[in-house]
Amino acid sequence: MAKLNMVKALNLALLQEMERDEDVLVIGEDVGVDGGVFRVTEDLHRKFGSKRVIDSPLAEAAIIGTGVGMALYGLKPVCEIQFSGFAFQCFHQIENHVARYRMRSQGRFHVPMVIRMPYGGGVRALEHHSESEEQFYAHIPGLKMVIPSAPRNARALLISAIRDPDPVVFFEHKGLYHAAKEEVPDEIETLPIGRAQVVREGRDLTLIAYGGMVRLAREAADTLAEEDGAECEVIDLLTISPLDRETLIASVQKTGRAVIVHEAPRSFGPGAEIATSIMDGAFLSLEAPIVRVTSWDVPFPGFAREKGNVPDLARVLGAARDTLAF
Amino acid sequence: MPRTVLEPKFQVEHLSILDSDGNLDSSLDPHIPAAELKRLYRGMLLGRRLDERMIRLQRQGRIGTFAPIKGQEASQVGAAATLRKHDWMVPSFRETAAMLWRGWPIEKLLLLFAGYLEGGQPDEHQHDLPITIPVATQMPHAVGLAYAAQYRGDDAIVMAFCGDGATSEGDFHEAVNFAGVWHVPVVFVVQNNQWAISVPLKKQTHSRTIAQKALAYGIPGLQVDGNDVLAVHAACTEAADRARAGDGPTLIECVTYRLGVHTTADDPTKYRAAEEVAAWEKKDPLTRFTAYLKKKRLLDEGIEDEVDKEIAAAIHRFEALGAAQPLTMFDHVYAELPPHLAAQREQLEASLQNGHAPEGDDTPSPPMRGQRTTRR
Repeated sequence: MAKLNMVKALNLALLQEMERDEDVLVIGEDVGVDGGVFRVTEDLHRKFGSKRVIDSPLAEAAIIGTGVGMALYGLKPVCEIQFSGFAFQCFHQIENHVARYRMRSQGRFHVPMVIRMPYGGGVRALEHHSESEEQFYAHIPGLKMVIPSAPRNARALLISAIRDPDPVVFFEHKGLYHAAKEEVPDEIETLPIGRAQVVREGRDLTLIAYGGMVRLAREAADTLAEEDGAECEVIDLLTISPLDRETLIASVQKTGRAVIVHEAPRSFGPGAEIATSIMDGAFLSLEAPIVRVTSWDVPFPGFAREKGNVPDLARVLGAARDTLAF
Repeated sequence: MPRTVLEPKFQVEHLSILDSDGNLDSSLDPHIPAAELKRLYRGMLLGRRLDERMIRLQRQGRIGTFAPIKGQEASQVGAAATLRKHDWMVPSFRETAAMLWRGWPIEKLLLLFAGYLEGGQPDEHQHDLPITIPVATQMPHAVGLAYAAQYRGDDAIVMAFCGDGATSEGDFHEAVNFAGVWHVPVVFVVQNNQWAISVPLKKQTHSRTIAQKALAYGIPGLQVDGNDVLAVHAACTEAADRARAGDGPTLIECVTYRLGVHTTADDPTKYRAAEEVAAWEKKDPLTRFTAYLKKKRLLDEGIEDEVDKEIAAAIHRFEALGAAQPLTMFDHVYAELPPHLAAQREQLEASLQNGHAPEGDDTPSPPMRGQRTTRR
């Protein structure tokens, strides 16, 4: 057991799976000698060599495209895209091939690949270094879309993603990399993909978040308990797709109210699917309209204005209080 | 400081062994055994006859849109014939003759073009990828397969096909570059058939050859007469031997011509002259190989009938297959059906039981009509 930040926890997951399974490879830009620009692959190159920890040429489409070939052969590539904002240069490989090979070959082939990408704002970064684009991947049939929220679940989910027979897009919030340390057990842990966690129980309102927004939701729940006497249930999705509708519906059947918090722009974002799923399963329990607190529908506005764009505590509290008072 | 020349001036070679009348340049005779020459001929003939038959099937609405291969039989069969069973073949979408050579059953190819994904399912032990439609995106897959083979210490090599238009795509260049850097056992075969739908080669690239693009990535490139099966075979043998010896990738440009339409949804009279097509018809790969084999007394009597019978029997098997069951569309999305898909499957099942059948599913097989709006 050691106290690790998310970078070290992810690094531990890679190390443990690579030690366990020779078919696991790491490929990406600067992932080898440099250990990745965020150091998630630190020391792996020294331990496993350049055949297993591949410093690729700078080309996202071929990182994913060659990863497809490796996966079709039976290897388990863990591909790193340096920032999710650069993934549009391989988006065609992900949509056209990673997600479809099982279907196209009617089960003869599958693509057991993990595509890791740092995402999210609040880190004073350049354009294309702060966006949240999980909705694009969550919308594609054949992919799984996972976003951890803390070191321990990050380690467990990355191991589950590597072992999953289906392709997993794995987003890591840059603001969480060094945010907090958490006890992470030495022995391997996994978490089921497709299952959300209720991280705080409550009866008055369900706050739904994932990734970088979970700590905000928890903070809002603490404030509402203290200042308003309202008990919020907080759900950490962990997996965006396939969405754990069962947990969401069970919670809203109890609370009757829901606020969804995400960093992606609002329109056609994950919140729309979450809200509709709640409507489908808990319509008669609803006491108020479901509210979304999200980034605005603007291209990422530059870090001088990002605090006005990414959801903050005041906006979450405002939405929660409106919902509670409805 | 002076300007200095860093690299010697590069050279690109063109290889041709049989001329368009089927005369052999005996100094370049690859000495292919008679039985193998006969197999090559049969493979090319089967490709040609099936292509002609498929156009009729498409016109009758019995299969949908597909990309005919007429004129490219030598480039395909000559190349694929240099692979062993455990090597890998990565096609684009115009490699019917190469796929037949690799053992894809005719009825599977027909199924695919009749809208059934079952047609894209290789047998369990077959080392072939199904067709890839987005242009050039299959090229990095070939490099990844080759990397994996090398990583595992297997002796398999990989052959990837694309067309001249694909060499304008980024994925082509990324793939060739990665292959060069990684020094993996892959053979890139470019079917330069002069036309990417309506765009001729001169509007596709300012390079004099496609083969020379290899040199920029530090790998060998060779141009061959793609309508000369012996030249294609010799060039690909050389490339495959290089890959097997651990000496890295090669790019082969087969100079050929698409004698027919881009796909069955295309009308080439709009963009190219009849004289150009007529000139290439004189260089027909099948005519030339027939003339050569006739001189060598290696043409089997009645082979056309035998090939036609094989095709007819396969079409019969294809048409005997029942209509597609809509519910199976959920079977291969994920390894296990997630709850939301299980629910959607139940919805469709209920809808089917209530007598609502989606359009096309209640018609006798094969149910798909030609989709004339699709260009690729």
